[in-house]
Amino acid sequence: MKETVKKRFSIGKILMYTFLIIASFISIFPFYWMFVMATRPSAAYNSIPPTMTPGDRLVENFLAVLDKIPFFGAMWNTLVLCAVVTLVVLFISSLAGFAFAKFKFPGKNILFISILLTMIIPPQLGLIPQYYLVAKFGLLDTLFGAMIIFFLNPLGIFLMRQYIGQSVSDELVEAAKLDGCSNFRIFRSIVLPIILPAFATLGIIVFTATWGEFLWQFTVLRDPESYTIQVALSSLNTTNNVDFGMMLSGVFWATIPLVVVFLMFNKLFISSITEGSIK
Amino acid sequence: MTTASIQMIRKEGEKLTTQGKGKYRSEQTKDKISAYLYISPFFIIFAIIGLYPAAFSLYLAFQKWNGLGEMTFVGLQNFSVVLNDPLFWKSVYNTIIIGLMGTAPQIIIGIILAFILNQAFLKFKNTFRAMIFMPYITSMVAVALVFGVFFSNNDTALANYMLNLFGMDSMNWKTHEWGAKIAISVMVFWRWIGYNTIIYLAGLQSIPKDLYEAARIDGANIVQQLRFITIPLLKPFIILTVFFSTVGALQLFTEPTVFLGASAFSRTEAMTVVMYLYRDAFSLQSFGTGSATAIILLVIIIIFSALNTFLTSGIGKKRKEYKA
Repeated sequence: MKETVKKRFSIGKILMYTFLIIASFISIFPFYWMFVMATRPSAAYNSIPPTMTPGDRLVENFLAVLDKIPFFGAMWNTLVLCAVVTLVVLFISSLAGFAFAKFKFPGKNILFISILLTMIIPPQLGLIPQYYLVAKFGLLDTLFGAMIIFFLNPLGIFLMRQYIGQSVSDELVEAAKLDGCSNFRIFRSIVLPIILPAFATLGIIVFTATWGEFLWQFTVLRDPESYTIQVALSSLNTTNNVDFGMMLSGVFWATIPLVVVFLMFNKLFISSITEGSIK
Repeated sequence: MTTASIQMIRKEGEKLTTQGKGKYRSEQTKDKISAYLYISPFFIIFAIIGLYPAAFSLYLAFQKWNGLGEMTFVGLQNFSVVLNDPLFWKSVYNTIIIGLMGTAPQIIIGIILAFILNQAFLKFKNTFRAMIFMPYITSMVAVALVFGVFFSNNDTALANYMLNLFGMDSMNWKTHEWGAKIAISVMVFWRWIGYNTIIYLAGLQSIPKDLYEAARIDGANIVQQLRFITIPLLKPFIILTVFFSTVGALQLFTEPTVFLGASAFSRTEAMTVVMYLYRDAFSLQSFGTGSATAIILLVIIIIFSALNTFLTSGIGKKRKEYKA
């Protein structure tokens, strides 16, 4: 009797490991395959059985990408865009979070709830007028035009209010006030150092989300010089006889930096994304 | 600073403030001004790029406008044009089918994966978790391009090679009614399964271990443990992912647009509602009907997210009634 119970559990273990290994394989196979195609000529694609080992065209394929799109310029644009959006969101969210967590003022609850309510407005609702506004102010094909709508981040204010409420004690704020600190000085010298971990969490969420954004950039960036990497990559697939080796080389080199950063900090990444969703 | 000294300072402060009520008042006013100042950036930006565009969309939905000339009021005509357009309904149908195929299986498989990742005996837990989460960090454009090669119309496409292995015929993934939908659903599934898994995992970690212990002693097998402990206690997390998935699926745009490339806006197999909106506004310069579509989309999103949240919150309740 005891033996059968033990045996059943070990079969369960084997099944679970098998399931997990298959799932992991499916998750990472496209990354490997992307690399294989990035090192092969397009013709390799037509072979049966399919090519599964890397070839020798790593450099040639990437040079072909550089021929088609301003790859490094687009990567730089994306980096600047994501960095500015992240910093602005961190600044706006932590200041507002500080106000909501530590100050008393009329209308506080209504204002906070109204910020949360803005989350349910789908971004497409304002797409046409936003485009019109950006066009009117001459911001089409500019990075500022491409980043401005991402400054709004209600989730950031929510997370910051939670974190400041929990980790910055009221006594500390009051004591600083009695020492004659101005409110902004309290924010800068007392609150900011305490909430740095929350900055890491929110920063990762905002940066990753902004990195992958497509619809808005695709709408306002038409000049290849102003492309972000997502728009540039998508433009590789607009002709019918596309060179797959070249295309996946572009995708591979655009994906690898984020993969490296993720592999280095994967625990922080995963805990940040989880926290941002279930708080 | 110790708590005692803080309290002392506080008492001193209270003395001071009661001595000079005027000073206390001005201190309070100052705080109020600071607070409003600190929350103002959000509201200013929201007014310009959130509220104004939303209101303008509402206004535009009743106008005929090509973005350049004069606007003319046309009443409900834009809505009737959109609602009488078979292509609009096709796009609603496509969006729902792709959304359902791409996100619904994630609930079941995500829970199973999270359940396994939460087992105490499991080795290399972090490695498995990192691998399963990795697709989430690739951009949707990258996913669409990679899977675009995987699901190309070629006979030698990897997807077709696999179909042939199982004795099935090759498929024209980008032009076939179901092929395009399946390919896009697979992309959505692949990119989001890891995200949903870690949300469920966080939920599982909040369930006390002794519950499983007790069930095991009572002779419950893994399936029974899943059914009677895991799923009911996981409910809030399931509701959360269902809500996110519903809203996200109804806004699908990037994957089909990039996957189909040049033919994205001329074919109908995988045209989603947002693609329909985009085509109206930016290819056909019909901003009025585009705005009407945006408003109809908002209504669709509200209805479906409310409906799905309602349906998911019913899961545990039924079981309770059944037990009683």
